Amino acid sequence: MEFFVRNVQKNEEKIKIFMKNIHIFGNLCYNQTIPTVRGDYVIKKEMIAMLLAGGQGSRLGVLTANVAKPAVAFGGKYRIIDFPLSNCINSGIDTVGVLTQYQPLQLNTHIGIGIPWDLDRNVGGVSILPPYEKSTSSEWYTGTANAIYQNLRYMEYYNPDYVLILGGDHIYKMDYEVMLDFHKANKADVTLATIPVPMEEASRFGVVITDDKKQIQEFEEKPEHPRSNLASMGIYIFSWPVLREALLKLKDQPSCDFGKHIIPYCHEKGDRIFAYEYNGYWKDVGTLGSYWESNMELIDLIPVFNLYEEYWKIYTKSERIPPQYIAPEAIVDKAIIGEAAEIYGEVHNSVIGPGVVVEPGAVIRDSIIMSATTIGAGTVVDKSIISENVSVGAGCKLGVGEEVPNKVKPDVYAFGLVTIGEESVIPDNVEIGKNTAISGETEASDYPGGKLAGGETLIKVGDR
Amino acid sequence: MRAIGIVLAGGNNSRMRELSNKRATAAMPIAGGFRSIDFVLSNMSNSHIQKVAVFTQYNAKSLNEHLNSSKWWDFGRKQGGLYIFTPTTTPENSYWYRGTADAMAQNLGFLKSSHEPYVVIASGDGVYKLDYNKVLEQHIAKKADFTVVTANVEEKDDPSRFGVIRTDSDGRIIEFEEKPINANSYQVSAGIYIVRRRLLIELIEKSQEEERHDFVKDILIRYKNVKKIYAYPMEEYWSNISSVDSYFRTNMEFLQKDIRDYFFKQYPDVYSKVEDLPPAKYNAGSSVKNSLVSSGCIVNGEVQDSILFKKVFVGNNCVIKNSIILNDVYIGDNTYIENCIVESRDTIRANTKYIGENNEIKIVVEKNERYAL
Repeated sequence: MEFFVRNVQKNEEKIKIFMKNIHIFGNLCYNQTIPTVRGDYVIKKEMIAMLLAGGQGSRLGVLTANVAKPAVAFGGKYRIIDFPLSNCINSGIDTVGVLTQYQPLQLNTHIGIGIPWDLDRNVGGVSILPPYEKSTSSEWYTGTANAIYQNLRYMEYYNPDYVLILGGDHIYKMDYEVMLDFHKANKADVTLATIPVPMEEASRFGVVITDDKKQIQEFEEKPEHPRSNLASMGIYIFSWPVLREALLKLKDQPSCDFGKHIIPYCHEKGDRIFAYEYNGYWKDVGTLGSYWESNMELIDLIPVFNLYEEYWKIYTKSERIPPQYIAPEAIVDKAIIGEAAEIYGEVHNSVIGPGVVVEPGAVIRDSIIMSATTIGAGTVVDKSIISENVSVGAGCKLGVGEEVPNKVKPDVYAFGLVTIGEESVIPDNVEIGKNTAISGETEASDYPGGKLAGGETLIKVGDR
Repeated sequence: MRAIGIVLAGGNNSRMRELSNKRATAAMPIAGGFRSIDFVLSNMSNSHIQKVAVFTQYNAKSLNEHLNSSKWWDFGRKQGGLYIFTPTTTPENSYWYRGTADAMAQNLGFLKSSHEPYVVIASGDGVYKLDYNKVLEQHIAKKADFTVVTANVEEKDDPSRFGVIRTDSDGRIIEFEEKPINANSYQVSAGIYIVRRRLLIELIEKSQEEERHDFVKDILIRYKNVKKIYAYPMEEYWSNISSVDSYFRTNMEFLQKDIRDYFFKQYPDVYSKVEDLPPAKYNAGSSVKNSLVSSGCIVNGEVQDSILFKKVFVGNNCVIKNSIILNDVYIGDNTYIENCIVESRDTIRANTKYIGENNEIKIVVEKNERYAL
């Protein structure tokens, strides 16, 4: 009996300790705004990256009808977002928030849990951050800085010293760690990555005017008479307290944008803003023309942007592993070709994606064919961009005739290109002119006289 | 799946000639992007076998490098995983694996601690696609003690290098002769076996006591009249690569569309370690006919009826005919290569000539210094 009572007393003591622990634990949970504290254990990442991947990229026309611009294929096997993601991991950044909004399915599938980029981590790694419903307000991402503001808690969780803001629409290899060293050496609050552009083109960019120590004195957005040729690349490093303060201060700013609101705010406030000068290859693939051009540059004997270097590898989700097959009757000269493609026809000066089938007698010239597309027998393709999973029939002629401006979107479908959106179907024996766009499952009846004249647009599904 | 998997990948074969110096047969590169062991591992993964042990012994460097993560084959789960068992010395044992049965005996704990009722044992040098569940279904239906998957080979495959099998009308194995002098049947063991786990443990323990160490000789053949051993005849493509001739032929068979489509376009997939190489690049002046080219290759010369594995550089004015160029080979300008297998990481000097003559495949091993490109 005595034994039993003692036991009960002991148990009561245990319960007391237990309750006390609950109390402490409760305090931790409810009093701390930053949920990173677990006893003495505090998550700490020196620099995290926020990658803005929500844009549509409307100047890419039907290529972005169903996918966000960062998910558009590039260079035979990559997608545009592979470049900033690979830059992150190669620069030692293992925590990346990817902000998505426009058509994110392809992007989500591509990124997954980040295995191809070694971004599957116990702490950190890649997180997809779509807009979400909140108890007080619910809104889409209305601007670049607004999107970052809506994910303040994500950043707080990692307790960073610096935050790197990236876009998902450029092709380049850049060591962000060097930029961070520059930021630290200058005791900067904000550092902008800049690239020297030819003076005559500087009026197309936002340029910065710096003193001899690279501290920024003035900003000019698309100036008529530029006083500097250092263009902003849309890549920023912020010291975390500076970014946090600015985002909170401007949280009610409609369509809050880094270039238009946050940077000018910091500048007015007297923050130390520096321009980091980057001198490597950097290509905006925002228009069909520049997209086509930068793909074609990869085919040069020694490309300016070299994917074959061991150093600074670009990673991607490789859906296919088997080798490509070049048939006895095939002719391939000057091309890059992805895995598991089967070439029975001719390929000249083109970029061919994984799993593409070029049937016998087909001729591909100066074109980009993305993954899993089939080009029918005897079809001639000149200067075209054909998206993924497209089926082009036999005996067609793409890119024929005179160059006529596109009737619907002359500024988008220009450069003499034929642009075909993903999962389109082109029937046999049709002729397609230049500056045209096609999307959807088209039939012979959609081509009066078996032709789509130059400058025409043929859209059967999708919102454009 | 109610089975665990064991992959026998410790072996080496003198018929592989110089190619075996560098790696175990299971690590031989196949069809441009794969290694031999990928086929058995993918089959196991696709058959939903979640727990797989790989026994390695002979030169496992390439193999270990290839198996550095189990995620490529979708293993590495909380339930199950990919285990690599290389021989280790313990207070009780200081031997290498003295045979396949000894390898299992030295890792009996793996068999004992599992709870799945069956074991699929397969060698790492077969090129095939097989759903082991179908074999297991037959195994259970026939109430068999062992099931041996068999394949039909032709005279050119040289049946005498395999275990040659004859069955009765019910499919029970009545004759099983390992590497006979004269093969009297074209039905051979594919090196894939299914057995109940408890029976396997029992027989392994018994063999160990009797100092018998080979799974085929000392268990299957020795017990074939006592236990019920059935054949599962495989109708689909099967090839074993453990000789230079069969290795060369198996690779070249991937130039046929039907073989490629069977392996690469029909579900399920064959998986492999992903190496993040850029797409293959063809420069002006290149001419490629009836060949397979893998990622990371740069071609400037002429390639015919050949297979270029990953990251091969072919210089200007080269001619490569009916050859296999393994991974990461640099071929200098004006070089002629015909009927050869060029060993991986070779550097072939410019203006050289290698020809395999009299129907013999020449194996080229050239360790020249490579200058940075």
